[in-house]
Amino acid sequence: MTITSLPAPAQAPATPAQHTEELGLRESATFDRATIADIQRAAATGVYDIRGWGAKRKVPHFDDLLFLGASMSRYPLEGYREKCDTDVVLGDRHASRPLHLQTPVTIAGMSFGALSANAKEALGRGASEVGTSTTTGDGGMTPEERGQSKHLVYQYLPSRYGMNPDDLRKADAIEIVLGQGAKPGGGGMLLGQKITERVAGMRTLPVGIDQRSASRHPDWTGPDDLEIKIGELREITDWKTPIYVKIGASRPYYDTALAVKAGADVVVVDGMQGGTAATQQVFIENVGIPTLAAIPQAVQALQELGVHRKVQLIVSGGIRTGADVAKAMALGADAVAIGTAALIALGDNDPRYAAEYAALGSAAGYYDDFQDGRDPAGITTQDPELSSRLDPVEGGRRLANYLRVLTMEAQTIARACGKSHLHNLEPEDLVALTIEASAMARVPLAGTSWIPGAK
Amino acid sequence: MVTLTAPETSTDTNAEAAQHAASTDSFSVDLAGSPVRELNQALHNAVDGQSWTVANPEGKHSLAVGIDARVSVTINGHAGYYAAGMHQKGDVTINGNAGVGLAENIMSGRVHVKGDASQSAAATGHGGLVVIDGNASARCGISMKGVDIVVGGNIGHMSAFMAQAGRLVVCGDAGEALGDSIYEARIYVKGTVASLGADCIEKPLKEEHLAELGELLAAAGRTDNPADFKRYGSARNLYHFSVHNSTSY
Ligand SMILES: Cc1cc2nc3c(=O)[nH]c(=O)nc-3n(C[C@H](O)[C@H](O)[C@H](O)COP(=O)(O)O)c2cc1C
Repeated sequence: MTITSLPAPAQAPATPAQHTEELGLRESATFDRATIADIQRAAATGVYDIRGWGAKRKVPHFDDLLFLGASMSRYPLEGYREKCDTDVVLGDRHASRPLHLQTPVTIAGMSFGALSANAKEALGRGASEVGTSTTTGDGGMTPEERGQSKHLVYQYLPSRYGMNPDDLRKADAIEIVLGQGAKPGGGGMLLGQKITERVAGMRTLPVGIDQRSASRHPDWTGPDDLEIKIGELREITDWKTPIYVKIGASRPYYDTALAVKAGADVVVVDGMQGGTAATQQVFIENVGIPTLAAIPQAVQALQELGVHRKVQLIVSGGIRTGADVAKAMALGADAVAIGTAALIALGDNDPRYAAEYAALGSAAGYYDDFQDGRDPAGITTQDPELSSRLDPVEGGRRLANYLRVLTMEAQTIARACGKSHLHNLEPEDLVALTIEASAMARVPLAGTSWIPGAK
Repeated sequence: MVTLTAPETSTDTNAEAAQHAASTDSFSVDLAGSPVRELNQALHNAVDGQSWTVANPEGKHSLAVGIDARVSVTINGHAGYYAAGMHQKGDVTINGNAGVGLAENIMSGRVHVKGDASQSAAATGHGGLVVIDGNASARCGISMKGVDIVVGGNIGHMSAFMAQAGRLVVCGDAGEALGDSIYEARIYVKGTVASLGADCIEKPLKEEHLAELGELLAAAGRTDNPADFKRYGSARNLYHFSVHNSTSY
């Protein structure tokens, strides 16, 4: 949020002394300054806060895990000499044309509308350069995006904005979206500022309205219907195209099992830290479970059904480093997806826009008003002047660099653990730093053999 | 390939000649003896002008989905979920009832059901015409985006929910919460409306509306009098978030 919506005081009060600690002032842990600002904002405006990004609260995460590395009984691989493969095949369970990606780091679904056309193009360029996939979003497929993306995943969402069989047949994979980690159980939202003529046209909506999209699919409910729906999409695409099912992490054990039974080729699990373009803050911060807690549950479901590695698992929500990639894969993921980190690689929250963030009542590192359409970095906007600031070629190059770093970092860790492929990482390679992370990730607390809750 | 029985207008056995003559061919498929996959694959390979008769559909799902040519398909019997899903260009006639999601996301062409249709008929349709001679169940025309729908009988609750564009014509009665959160779609109902959903209101039936309604009824082969209908559409009060609307959401 920003504080711009607060009514400006008639006369600015003199700035008080900032030596709060020397004065012995005590900040409340319950009513901290952000909470106080939220209450003041609500009282001033009468509407809840809508913002972008994912959960900002601290939750158990990949930071709470460590790799053990090689030792007497495990041989490491030579850092720059011995091969450590990173490729991944997605969707070979039922589809005759599965995806074969060179790195397991994919780009998550983010709509044209939420993002500028230049940002979408940059994502396509960067991903294609390193041989990975990008994903459309709640608003259909643009020709720019199809053109620039070697591997393009086409989202099938409750709103069905821009959904059509021609684009469906052009897609390299179809992702049926049930939910998103930032808002399991919530529909999309795009505020009027971003509904330009082109965005409105693609969604068949009047220009400039506040668009709230549906949270339930219009023509199926529940796992039995989903199975029939997947059958229909397979029939339309002649069983060529892989079908993913994306779920927001809430009950990932059951949702994964039901997605598998419904016939999914790939299950995408998005944890509560996962980004969003616009959602109520109360939703982002209070609904869903952390990525770390979701992975072992999803993997357990796949293993019990005998389809781990046959139905691939893509994990998203708070992936930032190659270590995060390696940890997600060691816990059993086949690939990961990134949203927020990809936008940062393009230039989101760059300190060089510090003055403009300040003018919007925010700061570099804090800016989350993706819903507002005034992004100084030209990414989450439809304003032509702002979006022209993002050069899609340069943005693509930066993203490709970042994706290479993530991949090389993950390889560094895998080699240290003696693995010749990222997929050979396993829970055995991990320990946890906290009891919470140990219980959620189901790996032992470091220095012990204890996993809380394990039987 | 489909187990083709007795092409009616072509006796060619030579493959090349058959292909040459294909544009005027008629085929019949018996689903008692061949899978839906083969029917759909054949329809995807079909060329303009062909016609198909399908026997023994027995409520199977995903019949004739993804058609993208000016073909005509007649299904003799009941269809399951998603019959004629994502339809383009051709004509599909179902001599029976249709299950959930009839002609979902239809883009163009025409789909005609002689019996009743289950929930979510023509859901999210972007264009084309869907005619249901009997009744349609709940959520008929949900999230419609340009399709025209003509229902001879009644429609169920939550029909035209979030309807964005296109026209829904109901010659019978409408269930609860008609047109809830509707955008720019237009609804015409001849009978009673159990209740209107949030932001949906009755609107005056002007000349232009009588004219378009007349055209739609004629296209559906109906003789109802346009003047007997009432028109409903969006009050456009919920297009922007406002704290004053919090009780409507
Ligand atoms: C700007 C933005 C727009 C998004 N739009 C969509 C969308 O249209 N559909 C969807 O399924 N998820 C959407 N997401 C969520 C991402 O697909 C993904 O789940 C999430 O960003 C992953 O978490 P991360 O941001 O921590 O990497 C969006 C996220 C962002 C940041």
